[in-house]
Amino acid sequence: MPVQAKKSESRLDTSPAVSDEIRRTTCYMCACRCGINVHLRDGKVRYIEGNRDHPINRGVLCAKGSAGIMQQYSPARLRKPLLRTGERGEGKFKEIEWEEALALATQWLGDVRRKDPRKLAFFTGRDQSQSLTGWWAQQYGTPNFAAHGGFCSVNMAAGGIYTFGGAFWEFGSPDWERTEMFLVFGVAEDHDSNPIKLGLSRLKARGVKIVGVNPVRTGYNAIADEWVGITPGTDGLFILSLIHELLKAGTVDLDYLIRYTNAAWLVIDAPGDADHGLFARGEDGEALVAERATCALSSRKRAGVKPALKGRFALADGRFAVPAFELLAHKYLDEQYAPEKTAEATGVPAEQTRRLAREMAEAAFQREIVLQRPWTDLNGERHETMIGRPVSFHAMRGISAHSNGFQTARALHLLQILIGSIDCPGGYRFKPPYPRPVSAQPKPHGKGACAGEALPGPHLGFPEGPEDLLLEDDGVTPVRLDKAFSWDAPLSAHGLMHMVIANAHARDPYGIDVLFLYMANMAWNSSMNTSGTMRMLSDKDENGAYVIPKIIYSDAYSSEMVAYADLVLPDTTYLERHDCISLLDRPISEPDAMCDAIRWPVVEPDRQVRGFQSALLDLGARLGLPGMTKEDGTAKYRDYADYMIRHERRPGVGPLAGWRGADGGKVGRGEPNPDQIERYIANGGFFREHVPEEAAYFKHANAAWQDWAIARGLQDKRVENVFQLYLEPLRKFQLAAEGKRSPQPPQTHRERILRCFDPLPVWYPPFGDEGATAGGFPLHALTQRPAAMYHSWGSQNAWLRQIHGSNPLFVPGAVCDEAGLADGDWAWVTSPHGRIHVQVKRMEAVNAHTLWTWNAIGKRSGAWTLSADAPEARKGFLLNHLISELLPPRQDGLRWSNSDPITGQAAWFDLRVRIEKAPAEGGVTQPQFTAQTNPVAAPSGPLTYGKEWAS
Amino acid sequence: MTSLPARTDKKLGLAIDLDICVGCHACVVSCKEWNTGGYGSALGDADPYGDTPEGAWLNRIHTFEVTPPDAPAQIVHFPKSCLHCEDAPCVTVCPTGASYKRGEDGIVLVDESMCIGCGLCAWACPYGAREMDPVAKVMKKCTLCVDRIYNDNIPEVDRVPSCVRTCPANARHFGDFADPDSAVSRMTAERGGFELMPEMATKPVNRYLPPRPKARAVQEAQPNGGAQAADGFLGWLDRALERLG
Repeated sequence: MPVQAKKSESRLDTSPAVSDEIRRTTCYMCACRCGINVHLRDGKVRYIEGNRDHPINRGVLCAKGSAGIMQQYSPARLRKPLLRTGERGEGKFKEIEWEEALALATQWLGDVRRKDPRKLAFFTGRDQSQSLTGWWAQQYGTPNFAAHGGFCSVNMAAGGIYTFGGAFWEFGSPDWERTEMFLVFGVAEDHDSNPIKLGLSRLKARGVKIVGVNPVRTGYNAIADEWVGITPGTDGLFILSLIHELLKAGTVDLDYLIRYTNAAWLVIDAPGDADHGLFARGEDGEALVAERATCALSSRKRAGVKPALKGRFALADGRFAVPAFELLAHKYLDEQYAPEKTAEATGVPAEQTRRLAREMAEAAFQREIVLQRPWTDLNGERHETMIGRPVSFHAMRGISAHSNGFQTARALHLLQILIGSIDCPGGYRFKPPYPRPVSAQPKPHGKGACAGEALPGPHLGFPEGPEDLLLEDDGVTPVRLDKAFSWDAPLSAHGLMHMVIANAHARDPYGIDVLFLYMANMAWNSSMNTSGTMRMLSDKDENGAYVIPKIIYSDAYSSEMVAYADLVLPDTTYLERHDCISLLDRPISEPDAMCDAIRWPVVEPDRQVRGFQSALLDLGARLGLPGMTKEDGTAKYRDYADYMIRHERRPGVGPLAGWRGADGGKVGRGEPNPDQIERYIANGGFFREHVPEEAAYFKHANAAWQDWAIARGLQDKRVENVFQLYLEPLRKFQLAAEGKRSPQPPQTHRERILRCFDPLPVWYPPFGDEGATAGGFPLHALTQRPAAMYHSWGSQNAWLRQIHGSNPLFVPGAVCDEAGLADGDWAWVTSPHGRIHVQVKRMEAVNAHTLWTWNAIGKRSGAWTLSADAPEARKGFLLNHLISELLPPRQDGLRWSNSDPITGQAAWFDLRVRIEKAPAEGGVTQPQFTAQTNPVAAPSGPLTYGKEWAS
Repeated sequence: MTSLPARTDKKLGLAIDLDICVGCHACVVSCKEWNTGGYGSALGDADPYGDTPEGAWLNRIHTFEVTPPDAPAQIVHFPKSCLHCEDAPCVTVCPTGASYKRGEDGIVLVDESMCIGCGLCAWACPYGAREMDPVAKVMKKCTLCVDRIYNDNIPEVDRVPSCVRTCPANARHFGDFADPDSAVSRMTAERGGFELMPEMATKPVNRYLPPRPKARAVQEAQPNGGAQAADGFLGWLDRALERLG
C-alpha cells in the first residue's frame, strides 16, 4: 500500500533563519573584484552571494566566488611566521614569533639598503596593491620592483596605452547596451568573467552577433555565433587582413581619423637622415600637417585646419614629408595582406575574413548610432550629437602572450580606430581614470640607486625613445635585474617578472642578496621552465651557499613557493583583511562611473597572521623608509587601513576616492577622512560616482570629461590624447638601430629592432615558430584558465578541486588519428626545451594544429596540504615544463629572453611541440617531484560544512 | 511505494537557457554552498583533500562536444539538476515515503529522517539527478531551494533558487510553469523550450531553451569605395574628403 508523505510536508520549515549578519566586502577568488555579501552565522561564513548594487557583478557571482567558504577554511592556511630548517624546497620550517620574523627581515633588508639597494629584488604577484608595494620599493631605493604584468598581459596594456591611452578590462569595455557586433579575441573564460558573462547575455538577448576568435572553442567561444579557430600567434595577421579589406572598400571613418588621430601628421621622408620616419615638426615642436586645399604646411593645432591625408609635401628645409595615413594605406593595401595570402598562416579561410570585414563595416556605418547629446571637444568645438560606430572588441592573453603580441594589440586598436569605434556609442568605452595616454604617464625610474636613498620616481613607466631607457653609462648594460627598459625589452612597462630568478641565478647583469616575493607562485605555475626555476632557487655556489642568498616570501597558504623560502610572512585570507582596490592602481570603474572599493576583515583571523600590506608598512617603518616613518622614528601608519585613510600620493589624493574631506563630502580630492572606511562599509564596500552624460563618450577629446576628471583628482590638468596610429617612439628605436641616434643598441639587437619596431602595426611570426616545423615541432600548445578555477590557489579548495582536479591534454582529432591516440592514452609531448608525460583527450572544437590544457591545475606533490598522491599531482600537469624563459641558444651566444622584444611580455603561447603515443608509465604524469613537507597539519576526515545549520 | 499528488497547484521549476550557458559552474557551486548549510544534512565531501575527493552536488554541468556536418565542432554545456517531474518515478519507487512531491508547488523532496539510503530512487530517475551523500548516506537532490523561495528572512527579490540568483549569464530562470503568463512559461513558448527526454513519460517540469538561431546575417553593403573605386584608393580618398567639407 502506498505510503503518504503528509507528515514530512507539515514539518518542513520553509523560512529558516539564514544568517546573523551580512557583511559586504570585495571578492578575491580571482582578479575580477566583485562585490560580495558575506552571510555570517555563529561567527562562521554561512553563504556568500553577489552584491546586487555592485558595479562589477551586479549581484551575480561565479563558481570561484561561491567557493570562497572553502578558501576561508582551507587547511593549507599558514598559521604563524616560518623560518626554514631544512633545505630549500623541502618545506621544513619552524614557527617563529612575528617579532622575530620582522626583526630578521629588517636586518636582511637593512643590510642591503645600506650597501647596495639594487641587491633587493621585490616582486609581487596577483596582489592588486602595486600602488603601495611600488611606492614602498621606491622609498627603499631598489630599481628592482615590478608586479606580475610582465608574464600576464603587458602587451595588451602597453599596446593600448601607447596607441590610444587605454586598453581592455580595467581600462575599458564594450558598450554592451549599444553595440551591434562584438568580436572577442583570445579570451579564456576566466577573464573579467562576470562582467563579460553579463555582457554576452545582454548581446544574446538583443540578437547581436558575437564572433569568437580563439584556437579553442570553449566558454565564451562556445556560445559565439561565429567561431574563428585561428592558429596561435597569427591574430595580428588576421587583423591586418581585415584592415586590408576595410581600406580596400573605403569603409573607414576619415572624419574620426582627422579629428582624433595622427593620420594627417606629416612623416619625414628622407632616407638616411637621422629623422627619417619621424614627424615633421614646426618651431614650436608641434607636428605639421599639410592643408588640403593649399598644400601649405601648418601646425596640426591650428584652428580650422583641414589637413591632407595623402600627398608629398616639401618641408622648409627642402626635404619631403608624407601624411601618416598614406603610409598606412600603402602598407595595408599591399597584396601580402589580402585574405587569400594570409589564410594559410592564420587558418582562417579567405571568404570568412572578407565577410567579417564586410559585416564589421556594415555594423559600423550602416547601423550608425546618433545620440542627441551635445558635447564640446578640447578645441572648443561644440558637437550637437554623439556619433556611434557600434562595433566592439575585447581581447586578452591569447593575443598578448606571444612574442608579437605588442604589435598585435596595436593592430587591433588600429582596426578599432579606423572604423571610429573608440569611446563612441556602441563601441569601446574608456573606464575612469582612463584615457591616460603616454604623455600623461610616468617615465621609468631606476638609474642611480644610492645606498640609503629613495628613487626619485616610480619604477614602471612608458619610455618615448631610447633616451628613456634604464641603462648604465655604457648605454648597454641594464640597470634592472630583469633587464626591463633595456635593449632587450625597451617598453617593458610592467617589468619582466619571469626573468628575475633566472637572471639572479646567472648573476646577469648582477647577483642579488634578497629575493622578496609576495603572492607569486614562482616555484610552480608562475614560472616558465618550472623544473629549472626550482633548481635555481635551491642551487648552491662553490662555498655551499645558496646562489640566491635570502628569500622572503609572503603567502596565505602552503604553496609550492613557500617551500623555497627562508622566511615566510603568513598573510591573511581575503575575508580577514583590509585592501583598497584603488584608482591609483587597478580600479573597478565602469564606463559610466568612477569606482573603487575596499576589503575589510569580515572574519577575524584565528591564526597569527597579518595582512601583507600591514607587515610591509611595519617593515618600512623599521627600516626608516621615507614616508613611512615619523620624525621621531616611529611608524607613520598603524597598519594598511590607516594608510588607506591617511596616505596622500598628491595633496588631497589618496588610495580611496570616496568620502574624502573632514565630513566625507568630497570626491577624489580632499583631506583625509578618519571615517572613510566606515563610509565604504556602510555603502557595501565600494564607492561610485557617475560620469555626467555630456562626458560619457569621446573622453579622449571631451572637455566636460577632462574637467570632471580634474575636479575628482583623476588627473591634474587637461591631457591631449591623439591616437597614435603611427607610433613615433618605435621609429626612434629603429633609428638607434640604424646608428642614427644615441644611445644605440648593441649590434646583436639591431636586426631584431629594425624588424619588430615598425611604427605601423606589423605582423611577424612568433619567435617560437622559427624553425619549429622543420625542427620537428609542428604543433602549437597553450593553456587556458577554466571559469571555475583561478590560478594555483584553487586546488586547496575542496569544492573547486572536484570540478577541476586533473587536466587532460586536449588533442585535435586529426592529430589523434595520426599519432594513434585515443581518449585516456598517454603521450609524450616534447618541445625544444623539454618533455612531459600526459594523458590525452580527443577534441574537435579546436584549431587543427593546437594542443591545449587547463592552466595551473597540476600541483607539486604535497603542496597545498593535498595528499601526496592527489590527482592534481599524479594526473595533473603543467605545460610550463616545456617552456623556457630563454629562447633556444643561437650562434650569438646571448641569453635571449622568451619574450616580446618590445615589451618583454612572457611569450607563453609561442610554444611549439610534437606528440607521440607513450606507455602509461605507471599512469602518472611526468615530471614528478619529491613531495614537499607542509608546515601546517594535514587535514583528515570528510567535510560536512554547515551541518550545524541543517534544517 | 509512495504516491504522487493527483495534481499540484503550482508547477515550480527552472527554465535553463542553453544559448548562453558558458559552462562556468557558478550555479553548481552556489547550489552547494547554499544547500550544505540549508535543507537537510550537509552536502558531504568524502576525502576532500585526498586522492579521491567525492562530494554530493545537487546540480552539475555536463559538457558535450557536437560535430555538426555543416558547421564547425562546438562545445555545449548542459546544466542538470532534478526536473521535478509530474510523474516522478523516484517518488513512486520510494519504499519509505521519504521521497515525495509537494501538492502545493510540485517540488520533489526527500525527508531525510525517513530515508534509508537504499538508492532505489536514483536508479529510477532517468536523468541521474539524485546523488547519495557520501558522508550522511542519505539521498540528496535539488530542492528548488525550498528554504529560500518562501523565506521571509530573505529580501523578496532574492527568493529564488541560489543557482538562479547567481547565474552570471542569466541563463537560469525560476517560476511557475502552471501559470501560462509566468515569465518562464512565456519564454518557453517564445523560444521553443523543450522537455528533457519526453519519451521517458516522467513529465518533467523544468524546460531547456535551445540555442537561438545564430545572429542575423547582415545586409552586406556593396563596397564601391576605397581601392575598388575606378580611380583607385587615392582618388576615392580625395572625393571622400571633399564630402567631409
